[in-house]
Amino acid sequence: MHIFIMLLINGLAEGALIFLMAAGLSIILGLLGVVNFTHGTLFIWGGYVSIWIFGLTGSFIIALVAAIVAGFAMGLIFERLFVRPVYGNVTAQILITLGLMIVFTDLVRLLWGPNPIPASRPEFMDGTWVIDSVIISQYRIFLIIVGILVAIAINYIVNKTRVGMVMRAGTQSPDMVQALGINIKVYFSGVFAGGAALAALGGALYVPLVGSVWSGMGINNQILAFIVVILGGMGSYYGSAVGSIIIGLTVAMVSWFYPPLTVYATVLLLLLVLTLRPQGLFGLAVRN
Amino acid sequence: MEPLLKLDNVSSFIGPFHILQGVSLVVYPGEAVVVLGRNGAGKTTTLRTIIGLIPASDGQIILDNVNITKMPPYKAVRQGIGFIPEDYGIFDFLSVEENLLVAMWQEDKASLDRRDYILDLFPDLKVSYKRLASTLSGGQRQMLSIGRALVNDIKIILIDEPSKGLAPIIVEKVRDVLLDFKEDKTIVLVEQNFEMACAVGDRFYIINEGRTVLDGAVEELYKDKELQKKHLGFVTA
Repeated sequence: MHIFIMLLINGLAEGALIFLMAAGLSIILGLLGVVNFTHGTLFIWGGYVSIWIFGLTGSFIIALVAAIVAGFAMGLIFERLFVRPVYGNVTAQILITLGLMIVFTDLVRLLWGPNPIPASRPEFMDGTWVIDSVIISQYRIFLIIVGILVAIAINYIVNKTRVGMVMRAGTQSPDMVQALGINIKVYFSGVFAGGAALAALGGALYVPLVGSVWSGMGINNQILAFIVVILGGMGSYYGSAVGSIIIGLTVAMVSWFYPPLTVYATVLLLLLVLTLRPQGLFGLAVRN
Repeated sequence: MEPLLKLDNVSSFIGPFHILQGVSLVVYPGEAVVVLGRNGAGKTTTLRTIIGLIPASDGQIILDNVNITKMPPYKAVRQGIGFIPEDYGIFDFLSVEENLLVAMWQEDKASLDRRDYILDLFPDLKVSYKRLASTLSGGQRQMLSIGRALVNDIKIILIDEPSKGLAPIIVEKVRDVLLDFKEDKTIVLVEQNFEMACAVGDRFYIINEGRTVLDGAVEELYKDKELQKKHLGFVTA
């Protein structure tokens, strides 16, 4: 039972991190119809920027804010310069975002070097709680709380604000949104940059968990995020939340009991869901 | 009198296809102008080109003395256009309330008063106010589409085939609503239902193969069977 509780917390913490990447990825796919491979790079940049700023200021919170700002700014630039010209052209989107991923991952190596940089958790979250002989990491609880808060914030924005209304309308018909006098391109930029900021936040939170930052950490998490997006249903942030929990728990459980099976387990789970429900668990209409 | 809307030899393409090859028309304030023509003549493309959803490749579009030819759709529409597309353009994942709110350029008292007027005009929408738009019938969707266009202080309404696919009783309701609008709004109506077009329209333009080929008073066209047969391919009883 103790192991189960520990794995549950580990799995939920892992799921929260995956959710930060998958939610943005899913919304970008649902609203913009863009298959975005830059998310892994933004995850890495979030990690490096946070470590850099943490080293300069000693403040974990400022480091997180810096990662979010960096991710948002990069997202705006990526969307405006590279993605906007290829809306509607999936092949070009894949090639361009893959190209951006390669260039900006190499840029990280150029700026911070090829070797992993050690990272520590903030002191106020570095401890553990022991409850009935179950050891609970404070940082993992923090990750779960951040994941829940982000999910609540996204839910509020999507369902209770004008931005959310336009996003949901734009998912169905961007042309009609424009025909109502709304500048959908501004919303497109905002959504892309918002998704990028979430990915960067994910990277910044991931680094203290694993204890170092390295340029290869983006691709593994990006693959997991893609699996979650497909599993949860493309275009559904709610599906991303549920999918992240499922994948997070699966990774935690399988890696505890039989580590070599971890990668296969997520892919098998994806295949199982797609066989039974091809649109994913909560699949909505995806543009094009 | 200065025209409210003027299209001067407008051309546009959809992909490689040259759909509009010279559409010219003039709409004066307070008029209801009907755009007629056979299927595929370019009527819907004309409306979509006016609001910029299909970019005009040549010619000029002037609305209330403002050149909107090269404006992006959201800017062109904000010059004072209400657009009601053929498929209603309703957002299924939004409630009726949200469909009206999202269309408001400003959520001010005047807009909210107009929304209340719309709900009084279409009581069905009031009943379904909190429901998802995907649950509405065809007639209710048309009402919502019309209501959404009227929620702003617009100068002109562009309506694409409002009677299409609707039951006769709903068509009558839509016709009555359009006749009401005529009292203080300018209308451009694309319509295949000739009876409806004649009931609402003051003047007509006929488009054929992407060009305006004839215009005049609707009354005259209604009487002239030869013209009807030549340009529209049918004759009224």
